[in-house]
Amino acid sequence: MNWSSFSDFLAMGGYAFFVWMSYGVTALLVAAEVIWVVKQRRQSLARALVQRKIREWSST
Amino acid sequence: MGSDTIFPLSAWEPPVNLNWCLTPITVLRRDLLLTLRRPAELMTTLFFFIIVVSLFPLGIGPQPELLREIAPGVLWVAALLASLLALPRLFAADHADGTLEQLALAPQPLSLIVFAKLVAHWLTTGLPLTLLAPLIALQFDLPASTIWVLVVSLALGTPILGAIGAVGAALTLGLRGGGVLTAVLVLPLYIPALIFGAGAVEATLGGLDAEGHLSLLAALTVFTLTFAPWAAAAAVRISLD
Amino acid sequence: MAIHWFKYASPASFYGLAGRMIPWFAGAAVVTTLIGLYVGLVLAPTDFQQGDSYRIIYIHVPAAWMGMFTYLVMAGWAAAGVVFNTRLSGMMVQALAPTGAMFTFVALWTGAFWGRPTWGTYWVWDARLTSTLILFFLYIGYMALRASIDDPRRADRAGAVLTLVGVVNIPIIYFSVQWWNTLHQGASVRPGSSSMATVMLTGMLVMAVAAWMYTIAISLARVRSIIIEREQHSAWVGELLASEGHDAVAGTSRGAMGSNQQGTR
Repeated sequence: MNWSSFSDFLAMGGYAFFVWMSYGVTALLVAAEVIWVVKQRRQSLARALVQRKIREWSST
Repeated sequence: MGSDTIFPLSAWEPPVNLNWCLTPITVLRRDLLLTLRRPAELMTTLFFFIIVVSLFPLGIGPQPELLREIAPGVLWVAALLASLLALPRLFAADHADGTLEQLALAPQPLSLIVFAKLVAHWLTTGLPLTLLAPLIALQFDLPASTIWVLVVSLALGTPILGAIGAVGAALTLGLRGGGVLTAVLVLPLYIPALIFGAGAVEATLGGLDAEGHLSLLAALTVFTLTFAPWAAAAAVRISLD
Repeated sequence: MAIHWFKYASPASFYGLAGRMIPWFAGAAVVTTLIGLYVGLVLAPTDFQQGDSYRIIYIHVPAAWMGMFTYLVMAGWAAAGVVFNTRLSGMMVQALAPTGAMFTFVALWTGAFWGRPTWGTYWVWDARLTSTLILFFLYIGYMALRASIDDPRRADRAGAVLTLVGVVNIPIIYFSVQWWNTLHQGASVRPGSSSMATVMLTGMLVMAVAAWMYTIAISLARVRSIIIEREQHSAWVGELLASEGHDAVAGTSRGAMGSNQQGTR
C-alpha cells in the first residue's frame, strides 16, 4: 500500500488533476462505448423484427 | 488525327507482340490530349498552388528570415493540397461517362492502365507544379542552392502524391462528399512524402546534405509506384460493381 | 484435430459462437481491470522522478498498444476478406474500428495529460505522439469511408483496400516520423521508458491484458448487431427473432422501432 489515507490517494501527490482527467475521460469513453453497443444491439433487433413484420403483413 | 504525328503508333508495326502495352499507351495519349485540349482545369490547379503559397507571407508577415525558414514546408504543403485538388481529374469523368467500365473490361491488366493514367496525370499536374516551384521559391527568398533541391524533391515526390491519391480517388468514386472524403483518406498517407520532401530542402537550407532525404524519397517513390497502381485498380473495380 | 474453421466464417454460426464467448471476455476484462488498477494506483510506489503523474502510463501505454494492435487485427481481417471473400471479415473490420479509434484517442488524451506535468505542455511533437495522431487519422478515414458507402458489401471491400494500404504505410509513417523527430531534436522523455519497478511493470501488463479482453468482448458484441442488421432477411435471423427477439426488444425505447411499431400491432 502506497497511500496513508484516502484523501492522500485522491490528491495523487499533487498531480490529481492530470491523473484523474486521464482516468476519468477513459472511464467515460469506455462507458459510452458499452452503452452505445447495448443500444445498437436493441435497435438492430427491433429493426429486424419490424422489417419482418412488415414483410409478413404485406405478403398476406 | 493530328496527334498521330506525336506518337505515330498506328503506322508502326511492332516486331514482337506488344499488344498488351497498346491500350495503356492509348490511354496515356488520350488522357494527355483531353487535359491539354481543356487547359483551364490544369491552370486552375497551378493558380491554386500559387495563391496558397502567397497567402502565407500575408498571414505570417514579410520578414525574409522567417519566410526562408518556413518556405520548404509551405511549398510542400501547398503542392500536396494542389495535387489533392487535381485528383478528381484522374477517374471522375471516365467514371461518369462509362469509359472506366470499358477500360476495366480490357484484356490488359487494369493496374497497367491505371499506371498509364497516373503518368498522364503526373505530366499534367506534378510536372507543372515542379517546374513552377522555383519561381515561387523566389517569393520566399530561398537561396539558389536549395531551389534545385526543391525541384528534385518535388519531381521525386509528386508521383507519390498522384499514386496514393489514385487509390483514394478510386475508392470514393461516385460517393457523396467525394472530394473531402478523398482528402481525409489520402492526406495521412502523404505524410512520409511530406517529411522527406520538405526535409530535404530544409536540410540544404541548414547547410546539411540532402542526399539521405532524397534517397529515402526516391525509394518511397519506387515502392509507391510499384504497389499503388495495383491497389488503385482494385479500388476501381470495387467502385464499378 | 479437425476444427472446421470455415464453419465459423459464416455469420450465422459466428453469431452463436460470439454470444457464448462475450461473457467470458467481458468478465476477464472486468477482473483484470480491477486487478490492474489496484496494482497500479494503490500498490505501486511513487516514481522518484515523475512523482505520481507517472500513474497515467497504466492507461496510456496499454491504450497506445491496443490502438496500434487493433489496426493490425483489422488489416488481418481485411486481408482474409480479400483472400477468402467471406462476409464475416468485413463485419469484423467494421466492428473493430470504433474501439481502435477510441483507444488511440485515449492514448493521445492521456499522453497530453502526462506531458503537461512532465514536459510542461499538453502537446509535444514527440515521435510517438505524432505517429499515434496519424494512426487516429487512419481510423477516422476508414470510418468516414464506410459511413459514406450505402452498400455494405462495397463498403467492406473498399474498407479492406483502405485498411491494407494503411497497414503497408504504417511502418513507413512511423519511420519517417522518427526520422523527422530526431532531426528536429524532439523531446526524448517517454512514459515508461526508464527502468521500471516490477510492480509498475506488472500493473501495466495487467492493464494491457484488460484492454485486450475489453476489445475482444466489445467488438464481438458489436459484430453481433452488425450481423443481425445485414442478415435480417435470412431464415436463421427469422428463427432467432421468433425465439428471443421479443425478449431482447422488450424494454427498448419506442424510438428505436419508430412509428412502424404502432402500425404492426
